[in-house]
Amino acid sequence: MVSAHWSEIATRQQYLPTGALLVEAFKTCMFDTLSENLGSIFDRLRGRGALSEKDVDAALGEIRTALLEADVALPVVRAFIDIVRPRAIGAEVLKSVTPGQQVIKIVNDALIEMLGQAAPLSFDAVPPVAIMMVGLQGSGKTTSTGKLSKWLAEKDKRKVLMASLDTQRPAAMQQLAVLGQQIGVETLPIIGGQAPVDIAKRALQAGKLGGFDVVMLDTAGRTNADEALMAEMVAIEKAASPKEILLVADSLTGQEAVTIAAQFAERVSLSGIVLTRADGDGRGGAALSIRHVTNVPIKFLGVGEGVDKLEIFDPSRVANRILGMGDVVGLVEKAAETMDAEKAEKIAARMKKGQFTLEDLAEQLKQMQRMGGMSGVLGMLPGMGKLKKQTAGLQMDDRALIQQAAIVSSMTQAEKDNPKILNASRKRRIAAGAGTSVQEINKLIKMHRQMADMMKKFGKGGMKGLAGMMGGMGGGMPGGLMGGGMPSADQLPDFNKLTGGSGSTPPTPDFLKGMGIPPKKK
Amino acid sequence: MSGFFSRLRAGLTRSSRALGDGISAAFGGGKLSLERLGELEDVLISADLGVSVANEICQALRDNRELKNMDDIGLREALAVEIAKQLQPVQQQLSLPTAKPVVILMAGVNGAGKTTTIGKLAKRYMADGKTVMLAACDTFRAAASEQLQVWGARANVPVVAGAPGADASGLAFQALERAKAENVDILIIDTAGRLQSNETLMAELEKITRVIGKLDATAPHASLLVLDATTGQNAIQQAEAFLRAAKITGLIMTKLDGTARGGCLVPIARKLALPIHFIGVGEQAEDLQEFDATNFARALTGLEGE
Repeated sequence: MVSAHWSEIATRQQYLPTGALLVEAFKTCMFDTLSENLGSIFDRLRGRGALSEKDVDAALGEIRTALLEADVALPVVRAFIDIVRPRAIGAEVLKSVTPGQQVIKIVNDALIEMLGQAAPLSFDAVPPVAIMMVGLQGSGKTTSTGKLSKWLAEKDKRKVLMASLDTQRPAAMQQLAVLGQQIGVETLPIIGGQAPVDIAKRALQAGKLGGFDVVMLDTAGRTNADEALMAEMVAIEKAASPKEILLVADSLTGQEAVTIAAQFAERVSLSGIVLTRADGDGRGGAALSIRHVTNVPIKFLGVGEGVDKLEIFDPSRVANRILGMGDVVGLVEKAAETMDAEKAEKIAARMKKGQFTLEDLAEQLKQMQRMGGMSGVLGMLPGMGKLKKQTAGLQMDDRALIQQAAIVSSMTQAEKDNPKILNASRKRRIAAGAGTSVQEINKLIKMHRQMADMMKKFGKGGMKGLAGMMGGMGGGMPGGLMGGGMPSADQLPDFNKLTGGSGSTPPTPDFLKGMGIPPKKK
Repeated sequence: MSGFFSRLRAGLTRSSRALGDGISAAFGGGKLSLERLGELEDVLISADLGVSVANEICQALRDNRELKNMDDIGLREALAVEIAKQLQPVQQQLSLPTAKPVVILMAGVNGAGKTTTIGKLAKRYMADGKTVMLAACDTFRAAASEQLQVWGARANVPVVAGAPGADASGLAFQALERAKAENVDILIIDTAGRLQSNETLMAELEKITRVIGKLDATAPHASLLVLDATTGQNAIQQAEAFLRAAKITGLIMTKLDGTARGGCLVPIARKLALPIHFIGVGEQAEDLQEFDATNFARALTGLEGE
């Protein structure tokens, strides 16, 4: 499962040289705490055969803490450990991996298994098919209703009618009506003073008469402790007999996720889960809790503010986040999304030949801006918890990126083609044009030269060259690339140590390939 | 006080029952073993206090020699004292300066309950005899402005609103101008919900504070982060990020009327020492209560208020 992602990243790397550099660099920080902790537990175990009960229990203690820190609810953590324990005890340790890595692999597989696969929505009924959305206040029901309706209308070509049954929150009905206009989906006309059950009946009637395929029923937010509202939800289900009842739940929910989900599942026949705010920096352990107690598939992920930010649930990505690996796939996707593919291919082709011009550099800088700047990129990378601590005092200044791009665009074509002709007066002119100082010009030129050198290595050595390059960066990463706003390389955690050895790493199983986790040196 | 507490208790009953049950189980036969303390730690973890904080609080209990002679209630008392100790320093009333208008900025992630809390705050200040104006600077979410206008009508206070998609900081500026012109006591600015990991939106929030600072260098006089009690450990990251971008001056915790326990306030209090001003324990305007560390801790452990 995981290995598929890495190969995916590898194939996409040609589209994003800068992104690839970053991904390579920070993949090494992956699983920072967990793998380190597991590493120290298993240190003495190196070279011995199977994982013993005692070692496994010690490791599972670390796994337990990691899962709890990711907000997986305690009863679910216990259930999970019970599944993993027998699998880990007696497992043969492959020669090429550390026992810690082996345990992570077992844990990762079990997590993906327990999260389950996404399932499609069922439309196996006489239209209009009703889909009912339920959840706590503020979990994102109305926004998700809009996103899902747009999805069904555009991707599935279904005729969708949306109806708000939320008579509680002020302007909730208007919100859905406005969303409907935005996405071009019809909404049920609002009639004041009507009870939710009656609105549901009216919506289905209108759906039938209007020849709609789907009627989306957006219900009011309710706390599981509010008996009157929970009973109202049951009454709506009875009146509308929806084919699907989707629990909309916040990925950032804490331990209470189990209670909330269980109480919703107790009262109505849930058929699926929509996890919202999956684009945040939370570890999202609630996904596992909710999946486990409701035993219905997680179907969709809400991944952003826009009405098209809905994705089909992918268990391996969520598992990665829970284990603290960061959302590397998300990063790559974001890069691919914001990247001008044609330009990127040209750069990639030149990179392969070892060419890297100032214009290529400017393009890279612009791309980083489009991806949300340094901090946006770093935020999505794994192991950043550790780095964040070290960079807490440093401001991630994305203005430096903009400024550097401006420097390049203040140059003439001749200067861009051959930076060697840049003498003092030319530099002064460029500095004035870009609104900066000559020192900044010098920094940029130095940075470009060093990057161009790296590209030459990359052109010659492929991935091995890249690995060596990353090692090289540890020692002499040009300060300029960091734009004065990013931590310089010597502040990165064990950068040299982590990346330096990857060129000589013994063959690793698929799952670890490309992760750059070096074997523990003892 | 008893009125406050019964309402707080009503909201927290379910959560405290769960916590209380856990402690009873931990207490068990009479003597408190280390193993039982471990169970106690699990109970705190289940209340979203986080692994390390739960561990430290239990460690503090472990050193208490009286402990093994304590009955169930005594153990709850000890636990409440430990939790209250963590929260005491951040129990601070929202005191407003003499500026006119006093500008209060509300921020938080989507769905935390900012708009509802503003409605409650407006009613509260109106009841205190203040004049209040609201600014609907969530120009992003559909009908967010309408939602605030309903609350404004309920509290009988004017609402400054703009067109959907309008520049939020420009609107905040206009609202402050109008509040000054109309000699209003308190201006409360609603902002769009944003995830703290979204740098662009966090920069927009920073811009709002910068722009209103042009009219009054001391504004906003309070920037309040609204936290949802159901949130887990990510609440800590939320508080940190909003502190950086919007220079948050205090916290309000909402949705304590559900089963969620809001234990994440404890690690936040320890780490960031941000004042906690209010908690929301229900739908009504009077369900916005001033935060009381002792009562919060006691309710969390299933005890009556003092």
